[in-house]
Amino acid sequence: MKISHDEVIHVAGLARLEIDKKALDKFAMQMGAVLEYMDILNSVDTTGVEPAYHAAHLSNAFRSDIKAGHAGRDDVLLNAPEKEDGAFVVPKVL
Amino acid sequence: MKLHELTIKEAHGLLKQKEISSRELTCALLDRIEIVDEKVNAYITVAKDMAIKQAELADQAISDGKITYLTGIPLGVKDLICTKGLRTTCASRMLENFVPFYDAFVVKKLQEQGAVILGKINMDEFAMGSSTENSAFKTTCNPWDLASIPGGSSGGSAAAVAADLCLGSLGSDTGGSIRQPASHCGVVGMKPTYGRVSRFGLVAFASSLDQIGPFAKDVFDCAALMHGIAGYDSMDSTSVSKEIPSYTSFCTNGLKNITVGVPREYFNLSGVDPEVLASVNRAIKTIEDLGAACVEVSMPHFEPAVAAYYVIATAEASSNLARYDGVKYGFRDESRGDLVQMYKSTRSRGFGDEVKRRIFLGTYVLSSGYYDAYYKKASQVRRLIMGDFSKAFEKCDAIVIPTAPTGAFELGGIQDPLQMYLQDIYTISPNLAGLPALSVPSGFDQNSMPLGIQFIGPQREEIRVLNFGHQFEKKMKFSSQIPENFGEINV
Repeated sequence: MKISHDEVIHVAGLARLEIDKKALDKFAMQMGAVLEYMDILNSVDTTGVEPAYHAAHLSNAFRSDIKAGHAGRDDVLLNAPEKEDGAFVVPKVL
Repeated sequence: MKLHELTIKEAHGLLKQKEISSRELTCALLDRIEIVDEKVNAYITVAKDMAIKQAELADQAISDGKITYLTGIPLGVKDLICTKGLRTTCASRMLENFVPFYDAFVVKKLQEQGAVILGKINMDEFAMGSSTENSAFKTTCNPWDLASIPGGSSGGSAAAVAADLCLGSLGSDTGGSIRQPASHCGVVGMKPTYGRVSRFGLVAFASSLDQIGPFAKDVFDCAALMHGIAGYDSMDSTSVSKEIPSYTSFCTNGLKNITVGVPREYFNLSGVDPEVLASVNRAIKTIEDLGAACVEVSMPHFEPAVAAYYVIATAEASSNLARYDGVKYGFRDESRGDLVQMYKSTRSRGFGDEVKRRIFLGTYVLSSGYYDAYYKKASQVRRLIMGDFSKAFEKCDAIVIPTAPTGAFELGGIQDPLQMYLQDIYTISPNLAGLPALSVPSGFDQNSMPLGIQFIGPQREEIRVLNFGHQFEKKMKFSSQIPENFGEINV
């Protein structure tokens, strides 16, 4: 198989995901098949080809250095699962 | 006259002549949604009160003599485009109760023109899928056969137009998510040039590929909607500042002096329904009859395009979807432990399986030791694909290929993720190259399900592909056909 259970658990951890132990086999198999399919890329000679990270022919988009409006604090907090005194609340870190 | 059957062009004419009001038109659509959408399941949220209010404002504007093409026209919006004060879920548990505090650029534009938004439309969760079966809330059915998929990810937007549950709609297209469902539901759908329509307020999937675009009953309406949503926006740093031409100004002399490129590689694939190829070959004959010259062009890298796309799109998705952390907005699962545990259980419970698969793949291809082999390599292949198109456009004005390898398949018909990814084989290359592409109905398969043909043009040449589509449609008249199998529910 292209990808082991340990690798699945490691990568899922990087992505802050948990894969259900019961589903691990199926998940590893599905992902293995997709990654194997991606090997078709190796059949293409890309020597000296500049990678294209974008299809638009753009340079940096700058704006004038003038004061502009921004979202209000109440608006930003509107959808927060937990908030207090105008701030987001997270589980205890320390 | 059944109001829901009107095209935007027809409705605009009647509104302008004051033969109907937007309120009447809007209420007729809302009534129809109430009855028909139980079967089709196109809408996640119907914004009845908001829509009627917008319709009344539109009627006021019309009586004040301020009418634009979209004033008073009832439309549907895919549920990943932010609407101020109106729930925007991305068909995900993660955003089930998310109410944006701002409008997307396109929504603002529609409202400035007096359009009416009937509601928010179903899709694959976070636009990841080709069948709309990945919605966390409901399964949208194909109006031509309720046991078949409508395509995806904008399946609800296509089905709503096909079932006359709106006069037109907006979707988004990252690898075919407008064109493929348009093809499966027998409607017109367009992915504009990358940067033509602002992505401000579009919930991001793969930022270098995503574009918002219209669904419509015919090419003219599609062009009118394009005109309504295109334009420069300083809030999107990839927005194109070039002037917008009048998209509805079609040529009057058919397709004379125009050359169409046919990439033969696309026709020699295994797994493509022979009916699809026959339908495209008939379409090519029609295009020649309209005066165009057809030439063969070559797209040597189209097969590795699917792999390149799924590396690039998942890489970008894994990064974009990192924002769903249970802190700022959306779902939070705080049943267990510390901050990192909260992130993990929030994301594991909030996202559906396909979204998790794509985040996983994207994280894998970007992870230490694999970056060069996957992401860099795919980006090099992307450069080669862009080059293939540039070379082809030296020989032709537009390229014609099928939109999807088959007609719509049955609900649940494809379970394997990789097989589902391969459904996008004809649609992903224009996203990788940032090109405008239009799907127009081109006939039916042996199950009487609609098929589509795709016109692809060089960057910013929407007008060219729209003209192609319009001339083709005028001759073939497939767009005007509507599904008849609603039986007694077809009010």
